[in-house]
Order: sequence, then structure tokens, then C-alpha cells
Amino acid sequence: MAELADLGPLIPRNREMHPDAFDPGYKTSVTRSPHWPLLSLESGPSEETGPTFGHSKFGALDNNLILNWSKGAAPAIGERILMHGRVIDETGRAVPNTLVEIWQANAGGRYRHKKDGYLAPLDPNFGGCGRTLTDEQGRYQFLTVRPGAYPWPNRGNDWRPMHIHVSVFGHSFGQRLITQMYFEGDPLIDRCPIAATIKNRAQLDGLVAPLDMAMSRPLDFLAYKFDIVLRGRRQTMFENKLEGM
Amino acid sequence: MVQKLDIFPESASQTAGPYVHIGLMPTYAGNAGAYEHEIGESPINEGAVGEIIEITGEVIDGTGWTLRDALLESWQPDAKGIFPGQPGADPKVSGHCRFAADAESGRYTLRTVKPGPVTGRGGQRFAPHISLWIVARGINIGLQTRIYFEDEDNSKDPLLARIEQRPRVQTLIAKKTGPGRYRFDIRLQGEGETVFLDI
Repeated sequence: MAELADLGPLIPRNREMHPDAFDPGYKTSVTRSPHWPLLSLESGPSEETGPTFGHSKFGALDNNLILNWSKGAAPAIGERILMHGRVIDETGRAVPNTLVEIWQANAGGRYRHKKDGYLAPLDPNFGGCGRTLTDEQGRYQFLTVRPGAYPWPNRGNDWRPMHIHVSVFGHSFGQRLITQMYFEGDPLIDRCPIAATIKNRAQLDGLVAPLDMAMSRPLDFLAYKFDIVLRGRRQTMFENKLEGM
Repeated sequence: MVQKLDIFPESASQTAGPYVHIGLMPTYAGNAGAYEHEIGESPINEGAVGEIIEITGEVIDGTGWTLRDALLESWQPDAKGIFPGQPGADPKVSGHCRFAADAESGRYTLRTVKPGPVTGRGGQRFAPHISLWIVARGINIGLQTRIYFEDEDNSKDPLLARIEQRPRVQTLIAKKTGPGRYRFDIRLQGEGETVFLDI
């Protein structure tokens, strides 16, 4: 069997680009944050390999949140939007065929989750989750409704800005990432303690999707663009061979 | 001025929040039927070669309270230490599992095949282990750690060897509670805090 080239170790995570584990503004993090330093090591096979998901697992409406909960019977209520973008790595390479999953509140700010008791009503035609695989260029698309802002128990009167949760795999378990997409122009972003866990302003701006009129469809939906960057790999001609790969 | 580096910073992590289950484990969240096939239902299929084991445990916060909302993912090779996708891998091992703390008790259970030792770059030999990734409300970036096994030879493992405070090694070692059964608790903070990885 042909030997696969060693793609190199994962580029070590630049922790300054991420929130700290402990952030008193986000109260729940206070008791759920490790106190001791993380153990830093170069990645190995356990981090450089990862699961793959075949197209056979997916349903035709999986990336259409307007229709997937009702199985196409009736559309969800709300402002119709296309969420689209690319998944790339730190070196700028596209990440093709990777799983992108999203979940969100409905247009009133209510999640279809047994623990969410917010007084905004459930929409009988909105489930709130979607998933897709990126194409060969790393592109993905979801059709959904714009989620509402909602209050949450933290300080006396905290509200989450409109946001969509995003989970991405990449090709290596060490690339695993969960983040949130915010919307251009939302005044609640700068008041949100969860958004504020990101201390680097450019990094927070990197989670705010701009309105993208070029991709919006007249008389149908607006579009927002959200690119996602995953960890890359250091490929030099001076790496040792990774046995078994 | 200098030349520009062609590096894009990794997207910033954000907490998975309290409702992560509706996106990643819809049935657990009470939304069965959202997808026909959910992701990561089991790391093995019937007929996987090797010893079938069950690992249970809890994720515990800095006050000693067990989380009811933690979501975990595991990734591992087959019984011979070969990862899915690599030549010779056991076709019955997908290697990836998603599981959650029970909403009442906080207990999680992972049923899988015991992994074999793994050889890495430069011939490094890792003792059998399962990689874990833990997210929940209040966790701002997914926590990485590993499950090793009490009944394996962990003495030469290069990761465990890097832990200076030797008693902390025990936080990464699942304790055998019966034939094919192990206990592995994850302590997020404080006394007995689990060793988390930046890897």
C-alpha cells in the first residue's frame, strides 16, 4: 500500500486568540475553569487523525432549518436568511468534506430544549438544528431564520445577542472547535459577557457575520457570510515520519 | 516594515452553552427525529475486534458539584492501535463517540473497544488511551484530556512522563471496577483537578 505523506504536526494553539477558561464576567466559568496550567505537547496520531462522516448519514433537508423540523410540511416563522461561508485552516487551505453543525434559538429567542423555559413561544415548525458537509472548496450553506435575542441568568439583566452556535470537526480531532456567529450591527454584542470573554477585538470581530447582499436572493432571503478558521498543520521537509500513517 | 505572514488566526472559541444538546445530540435534548442518523452514537459496530469495555464517570466542578449538562466526545484507534482511515484499521471501529452527562445523575457511560498502543512520529510509543473533548456551559474552550487504563503498562508513555507532579498522573488513569468496567471522573478545578492538555 502506498505510504501517505506526513502532513506534519498541528500548529500549536495560540491561546491569546481564545477566551481564558476563567472569566468572572461569565459567572458559570468561575467554577468550571481549570486552575492549573494546561500540559502543552506536540500533537501525535491521536490529535492528527479524526472521524469522517459519509454523505449517507445526511438527509436532504439537514441544512435547511426553515423546513427540516416539519419535514418540509410548513416553513418556520422569522426573517429568512442564508448563512454561508468557507472553512479554511490557519495556512489558508480549504477544509473540504468536513462536518459543520449549527443550533440556535427560534425567531423569538426560544430554544427547543427541555431546559429552556423562556416565555417566548416555541414555533411548531422550527427545531433549531442543522448540519452539512463542506464541499471541495470548503464552502457550506444553511437556510434558516434569524434567531432572536434572549435574556439569560448571569448578572441582573444580561441578554444574548442574536447568535448561531457552530460546531466544526476539521480532519483532525485536535482541530475540534465550537464557536458562535453574531450578526453585523447588533448592539447587544458589546454588552454580552460571553462575547466579552474574547479579549482580542479583532478575534471578536471575526465572529461577526456581515450582511452579504450579493448572496441574498431577491424576494426570498438575506444572506450573512461566516468564514471559519481551524488549526493548520506545520508541513516542513524536516519532519520525522509518522509511523503507521 | 516586514513581509506579511500568510497565517490566518484560528476562529475564537465560544462556549457550547446550555443548549448544545439540541445541535449535537437532538434525541438527548428531547428532539428525537430531528435527524434520521445522529453523529457519534457509538464508536464501534457489532463485531469490533477486541475487548468491549464500559467506562463510567462524572464531570465535577470546583465546588464538588457534578455537572448535569456536560457533553463529551471521544476519539480512539482500534484494538491494534490503528485509527479509522489508516491502512489495516478494523472496519467495525468508527472511533468517535458523543455522550452526555445524565440530566438527573450526571453520570456518563462510554461503551467501546479497548484501544491498542499507538506509535507516533519518531517511533514514540503511547500507552493505550482514549482522547476526550469536553464542552458545557461555562467552558469557554473545549477541554482536551485522555483516558489511560490502570491495567496497562503506562510507565513509558511520553505524555504521562511529562507530568511533573507524579500524583497528578492518576487523574488520567481509569480505575478498574470489574471485568471490562472502568471508572473515570473528570475534575474541572480544585483538589484532584484533571490534567488538561494543550495538544
